Amino acid sequence: MSIICQHCHEAKATVHITDTIPQKRERHLCEDCAIKEGVIIKQHHTTNEILQQFIKQKTGLGGADELTCPRCGMTFRDFQTKGQLGCPNDYTAFQSLLMPLIERAHEGATHHVGKVPVTADETLRRQAGLVRLRRELQDAIDHEDYEHAARLRDQLRHLETP
Amino acid sequence: MSSPLDELTRTTGEWLRGEGPMSDVVVSSRIRLARNLAEYPFVSTAGPSERTEVFRRLVDEITALPFGRDALVVDMSETDSIDREVLVERNLISRQHAAGDGARGVTVSPNETQAVMINEEDHLRIQVLRSGMQLEVLWEDATAIDDNLSQKVAYAFDKQLGYLTACPTNVGTGIRVSVMLHLPALRLTKEIERVARAARDLRLAVRGLHGEGTEAVGDLYQISNQTTLGKSEQAIIQTFTKTIIPKIVEYEQTARDSLDKRRVHQVDDKIWRAYGVLSQTRCISSAETQSLLSPIRMGIHMGRFDRIDIRMLNELFLQTQPAHLQRLLGKVLDEEERGVARANYLRRRIADASAPRSN
Repeated sequence: MSIICQHCHEAKATVHITDTIPQKRERHLCEDCAIKEGVIIKQHHTTNEILQQFIKQKTGLGGADELTCPRCGMTFRDFQTKGQLGCPNDYTAFQSLLMPLIERAHEGATHHVGKVPVTADETLRRQAGLVRLRRELQDAIDHEDYEHAARLRDQLRHLETP
Repeated sequence: MSSPLDELTRTTGEWLRGEGPMSDVVVSSRIRLARNLAEYPFVSTAGPSERTEVFRRLVDEITALPFGRDALVVDMSETDSIDREVLVERNLISRQHAAGDGARGVTVSPNETQAVMINEEDHLRIQVLRSGMQLEVLWEDATAIDDNLSQKVAYAFDKQLGYLTACPTNVGTGIRVSVMLHLPALRLTKEIERVARAARDLRLAVRGLHGEGTEAVGDLYQISNQTTLGKSEQAIIQTFTKTIIPKIVEYEQTARDSLDKRRVHQVDDKIWRAYGVLSQTRCISSAETQSLLSPIRMGIHMGRFDRIDIRMLNELFLQTQPAHLQRLLGKVLDEEERGVARANYLRRRIADASAPRSN
């Protein structure tokens, strides 16, 4: 049995709701009308979905899905099925296959910009700090926030000359 | 039915206090950091003994640190399903963590602003949450816990990719920032799609109250970031504090103002009908309760309703959820029994609140 949307009277109703205010009533809407009413929020593809789609594309791997992590024994195919990696070393073992996927999930980003563990050696911290400051500087210039830009430039100089 | 959660369930937890900046629209804000130990396989691959080892080790480290000294340690494998569900309803653990298996748990700070999940999808999920818009303070809390722990255990970290996580969607900063918003006026004026559009432009996700699934029960929406690589934690947080949240709060305020000016009788009617049902009901579902509490919450913030204050409203919101209700009554109830118990509870609380004070 299929119910027709009570709002547009055209599409098939896929969203069924019970209102309680002002009175109890059932409503049957199609997805488009439900979005217009604010009953549901239109979902753009979540990162997870993009990822799921992407990892399921097994074409063109040319047997590379047999790639195995020497540390945990997981194959790339296992990852495609489970959607989760086996151990930190998988990022190295599957690097060539994972990087395109990571790029796609993170708006094209390929490098970490952000905090590093406090125990990591100082050089690493400096590197990450530099990348971040340079980006923030560019941002400040783009937004014509020259006062902030000047401050960032000073910080950069300070970091670049150890 | 005595359990370590007794103390917890007597109150509502900081995040439902109804305080903090922008609290008339922002119910609560939270930050979580995903971390893993370098020398163990990720949770889903680790064997039972490895998982137990990770669990014990992390509990020991956390409870030895100043922030974790007074924490309540919950071992999931020794916790019944109602108590696990209580933790979900209190936003302290994910549904996935409640339903999972094997050695896993959570440490919860006494005021419930910090909850560290162990052996969820990642070895560590450091979570901090507060009422209102408090992301800057939360970031200080989260990064302090993280720094403390990173001096005790070796994190899986890569120079290029940052913090390594079980799922590549969290790699990099491992941060998830999310803000819970109450948007009844935008829903009433049918402008909620503006929120979705604004979020979409910034690649942020919009979800209903309990994360996954899209229905926004009680007009509560959660906005969270999706990308974790290529931006600093501060930059991600600033997207919320400087861009998206002020914008949505303004949309909602404008919608409330316009309701106040043009449709005030309709608004009052909605609020009072909701109050009428809640104070007279004989059997009511959790979903209906939440959708009726929504106009009352809006009425309080619009200054149009004062029979109940925001603290009590939040208490009703939490205590009427299925697991809390069963804890309150101290027994397992089926759906119909819960409906009756919920109605009794609501009527009693509301009657008490509106009874003339004796002094």
